[in-house]
Amino acid sequence: MPTRAQVAVAELLAAKEMVLVCGSGGTGKTTIAAALGARAAATVGGRVLVLTVDPARRLATALGVGQFGNTEVRVPDEAFAAAGVKPRGEMWVAMLDTKAGWDELVRRHAPDAKLREQVLANPLYRNITSRFVHSHDYIAMERLHELHASGSYDLVIIDTPPSRNALDLLDAPGRMRDFFGSRLLRWLTVPYRSRLFTMASKPFYQVADRVLGSRFLQDIAEFFILFQAMEPGFVARAKEVERLLTDQRTTFVIVSTLEAAPAHEARFLAEALASRHMSLGALVLNRTLPASIRASSATKAANELRDVADGARLTKQLAKDSAGSVDPAASPSEVRDVLIEIAERFHDTAIVAAREADRRRELAAVAPIIVDTPTMRDDIHDIAGLLELGAYLL
Amino acid sequence: MPGLLDRSLLFVTGKGGVGKTTVAAALAESAVRQGRRTLVCEMDAKGALANAFDVGDLEFEPTEIRPDLFAMAMNTEDSLREYLRLFVRIPFVGRIGPLARTFDFVADAAPGVKEILAVGKLCYEVRERHYDLVVVDAEASGHIVAQIAAPSAIRELVQVGLVRDQTDWMIDILSDPARTGLVVVTTPEEMPVTETIELLDRVKVETSVDIAAVVANRVLPSLFSEREAEVFAALSKAIPQEELQAATSRQLATVFDAAELAEARWRIGSGHLARLRDALDDHLPMLFVPELFTKAVGRRVVAQVAESLEAELD
Repeated sequence: MPTRAQVAVAELLAAKEMVLVCGSGGTGKTTIAAALGARAAATVGGRVLVLTVDPARRLATALGVGQFGNTEVRVPDEAFAAAGVKPRGEMWVAMLDTKAGWDELVRRHAPDAKLREQVLANPLYRNITSRFVHSHDYIAMERLHELHASGSYDLVIIDTPPSRNALDLLDAPGRMRDFFGSRLLRWLTVPYRSRLFTMASKPFYQVADRVLGSRFLQDIAEFFILFQAMEPGFVARAKEVERLLTDQRTTFVIVSTLEAAPAHEARFLAEALASRHMSLGALVLNRTLPASIRASSATKAANELRDVADGARLTKQLAKDSAGSVDPAASPSEVRDVLIEIAERFHDTAIVAAREADRRRELAAVAPIIVDTPTMRDDIHDIAGLLELGAYLL
Repeated sequence: MPGLLDRSLLFVTGKGGVGKTTVAAALAESAVRQGRRTLVCEMDAKGALANAFDVGDLEFEPTEIRPDLFAMAMNTEDSLREYLRLFVRIPFVGRIGPLARTFDFVADAAPGVKEILAVGKLCYEVRERHYDLVVVDAEASGHIVAQIAAPSAIRELVQVGLVRDQTDWMIDILSDPARTGLVVVTTPEEMPVTETIELLDRVKVETSVDIAAVVANRVLPSLFSEREAEVFAALSKAIPQEELQAATSRQLATVFDAAELAEARWRIGSGHLARLRDALDDHLPMLFVPELFTKAVGRRVVAQVAESLEAELD
């Protein structure tokens, strides 16, 4: 029986067209995004695309697609068949390639072929696009927009880039827009000579020239003069991308573990979404320990186990029973050692479970839906693994 | 090869969420215990370092949080002000108001400017010998190369000007293994280990900074020897049996499940650690910090991690 939260996640994925999966690094965001996609394709149906940033090679293998890149590829039905599942819909995957994404933007917005080639050939272009104004974040949003606008998918799930700050992602389109409207850009793109002539007396430019050297400023200026020609297209597009984030069809899923730092970041992110009128659909708490570990009856059982482990009659009996399962059969003292280890180490796990429960309570208020996913006993290496994880989600 | 804490500048990096800040704080703590005047600096201003030390928000101006342990938060704008005051001799900081406002844009647009202001400040503290050791809670592994390679990158891009002149001494400090080292923190998990291996390759190719150590954080203890694991598997089958059920309460299955889970996590983790060790140069120290089974956060955790690191460094 699915839990109420799992039903709610299934409804969320059925109702929304774009899902942005975010959260701090190391929480299993990429895997959760893929599991959501696989499970949605299998049970909700429709054409589901998972756009991922930097999948582990094993994940690519898991999806049965070997390498995948900027272009979407379909996860073959055989990969689902191997897991004993006939999906109701289709699962597609693509990877976010920032460099290719920028080149594509330049191609689209450059007013003519000459300018396009000049920008693409500019030595500063690559350097700047790979570092400039949270470039990955903007390209991720841009790709989401593009894929959604293509009308080819019922659901696009995007695994967001690891940001230094989660807000960078949300603010990337706005920053892009602001950048093109900034006085700095206008100043940089004033022809260099006249700038020197008219503005040389102003302290800012003096300082900038002294610190950075005029040649460097000139190089930058040349690049931005080229770039500015693309302004109208870029600004209009950034506005559309920005709108997409607050669109009714868009929702966010935050992935966190119950460790201190990711949980802190998750709460911060949830508040940031709320203040920007962006919809937080669900919070996924990944790699949580089962609630049963916290039960006082379990601690009691561990204590009892510790006590009975010293009972000679019991260990002798268990040692005898083990004959069929382990060769050579366990000795009573081996049984005792293992039972004691199990019992004593249970308390370590229970402390972690209690720590997790505290953080879970702190996070409970921030999201309408909270689902827990366990630590998987093996690394996920096939669709079956993704579907198994996905079954905890919806 | 100098001891880790005998260097003057340590950059601590790692994939987000692996405990980079805790390890940076613990290294600083250990250095202070060895009598070294230490500055620890948080680069991304998220406040994690302040949380680790249980102190209020950190500023650009270092706070002495206990004798000989200083902490600061990097802020490139303040760093720029300090730089202008020290090197360009612009006396009236107020007059750079418009500069500060547009600074973010220049810094975003001009590759390496923010990074060099940050790294420059750290190198400056080393050069002036204000501290025996500067520990940097640096950018996460995705951004660290851009940070530590900034002086070289700027050197290539900027042909003249003060900034270029300043890069030479920074590069001297950064490329001297007796003074500067990079510490990469990971956890025994797939992505952090893979990222660590990739990062080490990039650091070797793209920077001149010496890799000082790899720290494996939150390493789980092994429950069983191979033989014990077999006995455990046999006993697991015995849970439904009367002997155990009669002797304990019905939650026994949970206790066995927890052991199985812990064992599985340990097994997966050791696989990743073995893969990491194989990929590392033989001489590169790998330091193990165990998972802490405690409810504590902050200072207490830093102290425990510091103890583990000290034991590993001995």
